Amino acid sequence: MAPSNDWKFTRRDVLKMGAMSVTALAAPRLVAGGSESGLGATSKPVTAKVGMEVNGAQQALELDTRTTLLDALREHMHLTGTKKGCDHGQCGACTVIVDGRRINSCLTLAVMHEGAKVTTIEGLGRPGSLHPMQAAFVKHDGYQCGYCTPGQICSAVAVLDEIKADIPSHVTGDLTAKASFSRTEVRERMSGNICRCGAYSNIHDAIEEVAGGAA
Amino acid sequence: MRPFTYERAESPQAAAAAAAKTPNARFIAGGTNLLDLMKIDIEQPAHLIDVNGLDLARIEGTDDGGVRIGALVRNTDLAADARIRRDYPLLSRALLAGASGQLRNKATTAGNLLQRTRCPYFYDTNQACNKRLPGSGCAALGGFSRSHAVVGGSKACIAVHPSDMAVAMRALDATVETVKPDGSVRRIPIADFHTLPGNTPHIENVLTKGELITAVTLPKPIGGHQLYHKVRDRASYAFALVSVALVVQANGSGRVALGGVAHKPWRVEAADAELPKGAKAVAARLLAGAQTTDDNAFKLTLVERTLAATLAEAKERTA
Ligand SMILES: Cc1cc2nc3c(=O)[nH]c(=O)nc-3n(C[C@H](O)[C@H](O)[C@H](O)COP(=O)(O)OP(=O)(O)OC[C@H]3O[C@@H](n4cnc5c(N)ncnc54)[C@H](O)[C@@H]3O)c2cc1C
Ligand code: SF4
Repeated sequence: MAPSNDWKFTRRDVLKMGAMSVTALAAPRLVAGGSESGLGATSKPVTAKVGMEVNGAQQALELDTRTTLLDALREHMHLTGTKKGCDHGQCGACTVIVDGRRINSCLTLAVMHEGAKVTTIEGLGRPGSLHPMQAAFVKHDGYQCGYCTPGQICSAVAVLDEIKADIPSHVTGDLTAKASFSRTEVRERMSGNICRCGAYSNIHDAIEEVAGGAA
Repeated sequence: MRPFTYERAESPQAAAAAAAKTPNARFIAGGTNLLDLMKIDIEQPAHLIDVNGLDLARIEGTDDGGVRIGALVRNTDLAADARIRRDYPLLSRALLAGASGQLRNKATTAGNLLQRTRCPYFYDTNQACNKRLPGSGCAALGGFSRSHAVVGGSKACIAVHPSDMAVAMRALDATVETVKPDGSVRRIPIADFHTLPGNTPHIENVLTKGELITAVTLPKPIGGHQLYHKVRDRASYAFALVSVALVVQANGSGRVALGGVAHKPWRVEAADAELPKGAKAVAARLLAGAQTTDDNAFKLTLVERTLAATLAEAKERTA
């Protein structure tokens, strides 16, 4: 038998076994998947309730457990400022601030954020009352196509907070000294946000201006 | 992604018990590796046990002068902790060399230890991979194997463990603490925690069904100059081709562990003794019995040179 056929057969076989091993069981603190679908059932979508505060407004949602925070924001709360780039934590376009910390909203489930406070690009500032970082990006032309920009701005705001909170980085020279702002520090700390247009130097200028103003 | 049921764990033991009795259940912590793999159908849990609400996010001293790091301590918090920066700078350095600021904010101590390989064939469900699908073969052998293992591999799998944090923990003689579904606890030296691929590359560690990691402990600080050098294809936000975790004392003795070369953080205690003799001698011990492919043979030279550079930097600091 050719190796490729052999492999196909094995894979189908394993999938079949996976489906057969499913049994319903009860467990405490079950958040989603009641008696109807049963624990361990893989066939039917399962929904769960979750409440969180997004940009200052309470949101009560009932979502498929598979919904990422990113998809909940975009598809259910219609906050489309946060962008889906790679959907695998590699590009940073989906960066939002949750409970004061920047995270990739694509690699976390909405149901894991009961009671969380989420800030998206829409919550940082609005036209007419821009956040200083948003204004600085406009002033320094910190983008070309703009797709990565919401993630860049959320990340940049959090980076300045992280330096203030004395969180070190890979390029911090002395770990026992307090973290401080520098061009190299910002470059390293912003490496989780990729800009396909290559607007990095302008993004950098924008962040530096805000940091200077804040100091 | 396949549908799954979801619960929030109330206690470590309850989490372990639920994981043992629920078919195809998984713990979810930061989710940065598990969800990534669920999206491409490599991980297919039918039930998720969210452990984020458990009281396992503290860093505290131990009776023997060491430190206990809760399983849920985020990589950012561990790297930034004042005690870790002062007493175990190797660990801070390794953490900060990994992933991005956003990911480190979510990634946990336990999740980082258990993250799965980045072998491109493991990620590509159209390819044969014994780790993803036991018995299907290994597309990396004879494929593009530049990032793969040079020591400890097998005919079934030559994947590497991608964690930076674990390499530092190996050099620092960490111990993994767990709780089992029956409530019993155990302490596993990190040297024994991750396994070599052998004929069962889908098994990556010694955890048993339902067993939950509660903490990682480090023995009392060992001082010395502690350096972590990671060589990668770009200066930030990339996995290691090779990494060196080094602790050197004033008298020239020390310890060394490698990342990016094996299915687990790689340390050969006999190589530590060679440190005063220099990089060539140490590398020879660490890489004894190495088996390379055309694509990854460069790692042998890279290990030796990275070691030499790291030792030189340690010397500079002593001067
Ligand atoms: C783009 C990208 C780049 C990256 N770069 C690097 C890098 O350069 N270096 C590096 O080291 N890492 C890197 N990572 C990997 C990252 O460090 C891991 O994804 C992270 O550490 C996993 O932690 P988590 O808490 O999110 O784990 P999860 O995804 O929640 O869990 C991972 C596994 O651990 C299990 N688990 C979690 N907690 C427990 C527990 N308490 N007990 C038992 N089992 C448990 C889960 O069931 C799951 O199987 C990168 C990741 C991405 C997406
Ligand atoms: S090296 Fe391991 S993980 Fe990669 S394809 Fe081979 S078996 Fe799979």
